[in-house]
Amino acid sequence: MSDQLISRDEIEKAVRGHNADYVEVRIDDTATNRLVYRGQELEEIGRTQSFGGCARALVNGGWGFVSFNRPQDPSAPADVGLRAGIRTRVEEAVAMARHVGTETSVLAPVDPVVDVVTANVVMDPRKITLARKKEIFDGYNAKMLSVDGVTSTNIVYGDSHKRVTFASSEGSYIEQERIDVISRLAATARRNGDMQQASMSLGALNDFSYIDALDEAAYMIANRAVELLNAPYVEPGVYPVILDPILAGVFCHEAFGHLSESDFVYENDRMKEIMVLGRQFGQKHLNIVDGAAVPGLRGSFKYDDEGTPATKTDLIREGVLVGRLHSRETAGKMGEPPSGNARAIDYRFPPIVRMTNTYIEEGEASFDDLIGDVKLGVYARNWFGGTTSMEMFTFSAGEAFMIRDGKIAELLRPVKLTGNLFTTLENIDGIGRDLDFNQGGGCGKGGQMPLPVSNGSPHIRIQDCVVGER
Amino acid sequence: MTNLNAVLDAARKAGAQQAEAYQVANEETPVKFEANRLKELNSRHTSGVALRVIANGRIGFASSTRPDDIDDLVSAALETAPFGPEAHFDFPQQAEAPVVETFDPATESFAVDDMIEAGQSLIDAVRKVEPELLCDSQLRRLVGEVTLVNSNGANISYRGSMLMAWLHGSLIRGTDMLFVGDVDAAVSPELDTDRIERTVTWQLEHARNLATMRTADLPVIFTSSGVADGLVMPLTLAFSGRLVQQGQSPLAGKLGDDVYDTRLSVHDDATLPMRPASRPFDDEGVASRRTPLIERGTVRSFMYDLQTAGLAKAQSTGSAERSLTSQPAISTTSLLISPGETTFEEMVAGVKEGLIVEDLMGAGQGNVMGGDFSGNVLLGYKIEGGEIVGRVKDTMVAGNVHEALASVSAIGSEARWVNGTIHTPPLLFDRMAVSAKAP
Repeated sequence: MSDQLISRDEIEKAVRGHNADYVEVRIDDTATNRLVYRGQELEEIGRTQSFGGCARALVNGGWGFVSFNRPQDPSAPADVGLRAGIRTRVEEAVAMARHVGTETSVLAPVDPVVDVVTANVVMDPRKITLARKKEIFDGYNAKMLSVDGVTSTNIVYGDSHKRVTFASSEGSYIEQERIDVISRLAATARRNGDMQQASMSLGALNDFSYIDALDEAAYMIANRAVELLNAPYVEPGVYPVILDPILAGVFCHEAFGHLSESDFVYENDRMKEIMVLGRQFGQKHLNIVDGAAVPGLRGSFKYDDEGTPATKTDLIREGVLVGRLHSRETAGKMGEPPSGNARAIDYRFPPIVRMTNTYIEEGEASFDDLIGDVKLGVYARNWFGGTTSMEMFTFSAGEAFMIRDGKIAELLRPVKLTGNLFTTLENIDGIGRDLDFNQGGGCGKGGQMPLPVSNGSPHIRIQDCVVGER
Repeated sequence: MTNLNAVLDAARKAGAQQAEAYQVANEETPVKFEANRLKELNSRHTSGVALRVIANGRIGFASSTRPDDIDDLVSAALETAPFGPEAHFDFPQQAEAPVVETFDPATESFAVDDMIEAGQSLIDAVRKVEPELLCDSQLRRLVGEVTLVNSNGANISYRGSMLMAWLHGSLIRGTDMLFVGDVDAAVSPELDTDRIERTVTWQLEHARNLATMRTADLPVIFTSSGVADGLVMPLTLAFSGRLVQQGQSPLAGKLGDDVYDTRLSVHDDATLPMRPASRPFDDEGVASRRTPLIERGTVRSFMYDLQTAGLAKAQSTGSAERSLTSQPAISTTSLLISPGETTFEEMVAGVKEGLIVEDLMGAGQGNVMGGDFSGNVLLGYKIEGGEIVGRVKDTMVAGNVHEALASVSAIGSEARWVNGTIHTPPLLFDRMAVSAKAP
């Protein structure tokens, strides 16, 4: 990992000797490939090379942040200008921080680290030719379009190889490499004015191999879209719902995960009261964890974007709030240990508190235990989207079925589930033993989207959930 | 700056029959307030070049922010072209463009200290109404230049400026959380921060009491912000020439049909002076224009970029939009829904039991392509006997935008800008599915 536009020595020099409480520099170098199909047409194919850097400084509790693609002096040769440029950008960030700061800077201490982390590659998408990638997706597209009733498709494939270099005034110097492989398959069926869509989003870290094994998924999605044309809407109301691992993972992320991000809490006394450690959030069987140290998932890494080593944080243990997600600043201000959750999608943004791999741990119930005594309910599967306002959350299921007399009954059109966090976690009354992860999502916060995360869960059952149509 | 003509030359030498180079250079300066006080100053310098080529009839694409790598850019674009879609267009020649004002030097020179001052006084003003309100706010200045050249002679460049302000306040009591907020954006530094203050004050005053909704089909008023949140996206998606051409839009085959309420008119306009979404050319070099989408209920036109227009045997409507790393795609610019004749107060007074939707969460999920919308009412109010009685919680609203707009009960007489890009009055619908969880 040494074929860089700027050497380690130059980066380290740029962060030293400033009149600031803390200074860091981050340099990103990312190469992305993208394929998009819509219907018969391959609509888009392209390659993106993105190189840029940023400088962030902390002075008297105020932050300054500068991001850039180019050296400041455009007439200088690129390499020369870039080197001189980085130091100037750091100085700009320091001046901005000084303009803001009126208090004392607080950062939780983290031991400086020098490390070079290469990607633990299972199957490298860069070794697969564009021709081969197109051949694979041509196949899935043809398969979906061949299903009677499917009028259109949408396929998105992307791989990105990213190298991030980080250096701080405290002496850290870290290079990290990762490869993300994402894909989404969707089929649309149309009859008269009615139109239904079914889709699936998938992702993997450092591994292309799953892309080769989506035949069955493509076929299933196409058929589901057609079946939905004959499916009724749910009768809106309050039901017991069973969520599959994918959807329960999204629920865990939206309904609780965001609330555990300390940047919403650390300067908000009312939120501190709500999110006080020791508060009972769920029943005794409920355990929720977040951690980038869980290996091999899309939210996994060794160091976050402040150079803090990844951890695994217990958020809820036996139904009780026991931890939360931190940047160095939120950890410092709340007197808690930093958890390694400061992340930025790229060099254009400062790191903020984000989730990594968030999941509900396994319980003891079998699927039959969960569904057996549900007289009238909804079984919701698969993921369409989700969002939260802290107190309220809403997320939509890609597919849903009525549950009647303890059995899965008729297919429904996609449903939307909404609720109040504080009552809903308490209402989880059954947790399965089939933990699985959803890696197809990208999280958005503060204008930074999509950030690679994963979320997971076993099947869970929630009592009294508001279910809406569409 | 990269020499774009050199990029075109290199692309043609490497085998492209046509080429287009697109360059952006932006300077963005966000001033961020957190928990009622100044927290962070940002400065983002973004620049880069995107290259589209047509080689042997197929489109290739690459973009780069790496300094001085014309060769890599050209070879990446040409490498993708053999696998790319067939081109159904030629890059346009230099077009005569309307004069569209997109830049104000006063915005460029608007001082960071003035932005800090504006943000702080906004926060102070709304906290006078509600001292316990915890505010995040952002003032953002953006100055940029877009340059586009192609091998058919187009050579376009224009500057843009924008100042944006948003305020987001939260009020927490026990586990009850109230979120209020508003945003405005303009090309000139004359931001309407007074309006943000008025809006947030109104929200706070009407949200003080809690009210309970029941699950039923009820009259629902979408405020301007509610229309923008919940209805605009599923509606405008149906006017995408691409989705129409592919038969994915419910409006496919309905051009000229009377689909909507006869009082409803909607148009897209990239030529409005001093609006943030205005521009003389779209992002493929096609001259900007005003495009009527719905005229008195009739589907009047769809939106096209070059490729989709070529496929549909139509003309580009100048609706192509792109970022540096993405290829052009169809998008609205400034979207305007024409006002009607009913004041907001009259709408409220006419409702016996109903819901006002101001902020809808999760509205973009579900079958939006078919026009479905639904969401959790993040900020909304209950109407009883013609009066707003309080804020609702645990309430969802759902419907289909095409069905709903086929018979609107009333169209508001006052339209306003939402997010700086959508100009809409409030809309009242007679019956819409409201689901609520009794406390």
